[in-house]
Amino acid sequence: MFARGLKRKCADHEEDMGGALAGFKAVPSYSLQRQSLLDMSLVKLQLCHMLVEPNLCRSVLIANTVRQIQEEMTQDGTWRMAAPQSTGRAPLDRLVSTEILCRSTREQDGVCPASGMGDGLALGPVSEFSTVTSAQTPGNPQNSVWEMDSPRENRGSFQKSLDQIFETLETRNPGSTDELFSDMDSSYYDLDTVLTGVVSRAEPGPCDGLQGLAPAATPPPSSSCKSDLGELDHVVEILVET
Amino acid sequence: MNYPDESTYGNKADIISTVEFNHTGELLATGDKGGRVVIFQREQESKNQVHRRGEYNVYSTFQSHEPEFDYLKSLEIEEKINKIRWLPQQNAAYFLLSTNDKTVKLWKVSERDKRPEGYNLKDEEGRLRDPATITTLRVPVLRPMDLMVEATPRRVFANAHTYHINSISVNSDYETYMSADDLRINLWNFEITNQSFNIVDIKPANMEELTEVITAAEFHPHHCNTFVYSSSKGTIRLCDMRASALCDRHTKFFEEPEDPSNRSFFSEIISSISDVKFSHSGRYIMTRDYLTVKVWDLNMENRPIETYQVHDYLRSKLCSLYENDCIFDKFECVWNGSDSVIMTGSYNNFFRMFDRNTKRDVTLEASRENSKPRAILKPRKVCVGGKRRKDEISVDSLDFSKKILHTAWHPSENIIAVAATNNLYIFQDKVN
Repeated sequence: MFARGLKRKCADHEEDMGGALAGFKAVPSYSLQRQSLLDMSLVKLQLCHMLVEPNLCRSVLIANTVRQIQEEMTQDGTWRMAAPQSTGRAPLDRLVSTEILCRSTREQDGVCPASGMGDGLALGPVSEFSTVTSAQTPGNPQNSVWEMDSPRENRGSFQKSLDQIFETLETRNPGSTDELFSDMDSSYYDLDTVLTGVVSRAEPGPCDGLQGLAPAATPPPSSSCKSDLGELDHVVEILVET
Repeated sequence: MNYPDESTYGNKADIISTVEFNHTGELLATGDKGGRVVIFQREQESKNQVHRRGEYNVYSTFQSHEPEFDYLKSLEIEEKINKIRWLPQQNAAYFLLSTNDKTVKLWKVSERDKRPEGYNLKDEEGRLRDPATITTLRVPVLRPMDLMVEATPRRVFANAHTYHINSISVNSDYETYMSADDLRINLWNFEITNQSFNIVDIKPANMEELTEVITAAEFHPHHCNTFVYSSSKGTIRLCDMRASALCDRHTKFFEEPEDPSNRSFFSEIISSISDVKFSHSGRYIMTRDYLTVKVWDLNMENRPIETYQVHDYLRSKLCSLYENDCIFDKFECVWNGSDSVIMTGSYNNFFRMFDRNTKRDVTLEASRENSKPRAILKPRKVCVGGKRRKDEISVDSLDFSKKILHTAWHPSENIIAVAATNNLYIFQDKVN
């Protein structure tokens, strides 16, 4: 049973404090707030790696927060709810997020070198870097994106999770800075791995539920990847939603 | 309490990252982000100036750590001094430990006010003399010279920490000390630099399962076998080294049950303990988390005996503070010499003191604009809602870039040192 006793953040609390507030503020819904917190957390995790070793305590705390949010979203079934709202979206938006997610694999396939994306990330709302990359995205390669994605890569990268964030502290391949960032991309830009890795990989729950959401236009390349791709797509929709 | 004597030693180019009085209070050491250590010494009170309390002047400055590059991981190792701890004085020289993220160093600080003159084989500049030109022998004599304070590194304890060192603590046996990083705690002997004993290891076999890190650690002030360490989940573990070589099983486990009415996505983050300090008596420990300071009795593990709200008005701002990363700021806390007052920092250059006996608390500000030297510090107040009074400051006007993370209290007198970014403030109690 989902406990609604969870305190809301920010604006809600200010309203509770009574008295004349500085005007009426439109309070975003709890799920929207939660979503934005999730996005913010994921961006923070991505930005952990600079030239100096990341602060492990901070990373662990953020990762635990992501875990909590994801658990709650799984419990109240919010994972399944994003699809209907996204029908009106321009395919380009969806595409943009996909580009971000699949950046590492596509780089390896030589499809779309997203130049300097890692460096260009700013600590802003998710929509900001969506806009930045939309200019780079070609016409309607959505289908081709999915086809281009190597199923092996996806499965392999799904195996990596937050583990990568911590493991990189120990076993890092020496190399150039470019190599450094590209190595990280597969963990940080693969939103899905971060989220699914948080929940034990053995759990079929969220994945199974999401299979039905795989867009009809993109038949997955192999059945073993079906749930993964469906999940990815769904996560994309969540990203785009905000 | 009145704190009228304000001396400021700014503007240092770098941000102060640690402050520590030595055991007598005669010396005050600061470490900064640039890897430098600056030591202040208290002036002897002179008979001429009875009313002028001993002020702190710069005694020695040296570069403790340099930036390094870890070639294996392609990462920089910051030279920032995370902690300084003094050893008790055993002879004329002073010894301190200073550490950055990876390496602990033992520094000897000594005075030289005499110099030998009249060597036979060397001339006054130190050049070797041709033995053939020496016709007489003389005995070198010591002649006074201008006081020189030298700092020399006596030991370097390196390569023992994979993760970032957050604490060092000198044992009461004065022969050993410990260094703690995010996942491990090592025990060192001062004489041995090429090996250390690992006494705590919380690294999971599978790093994916990592959910908790060590945030601070300290030895008991009197019992050399006992130490505590705090975690990012708001727990404190007390360990006895006599129980086993690897203290993975704690002797005592301190944790306060969560308040369900205050639960939010930020609950865990704000419960993460940023500092843990034994009282001078050794009977209590004090912990600092994001919003509170707690005092625990070593004999009671299930909850603290005292909880003090440092800046509870931030509770409704946690989302913004998470966004700008302030929620991860690590504030320290200190006891006064008699364990009756505790102090910790806050934002806007505010710092707070809590009197454990009278239960009174005060907010003070360390800032040049708001206090003239030798003026009495005026208590500050943050207005949390409704009408703001003339002298109050509203929560939204607080400057979150001005944070007081590091403070220190003289071991026996009412003298405090407060580090405000790159300025050091020293406040003394007014003499009546």
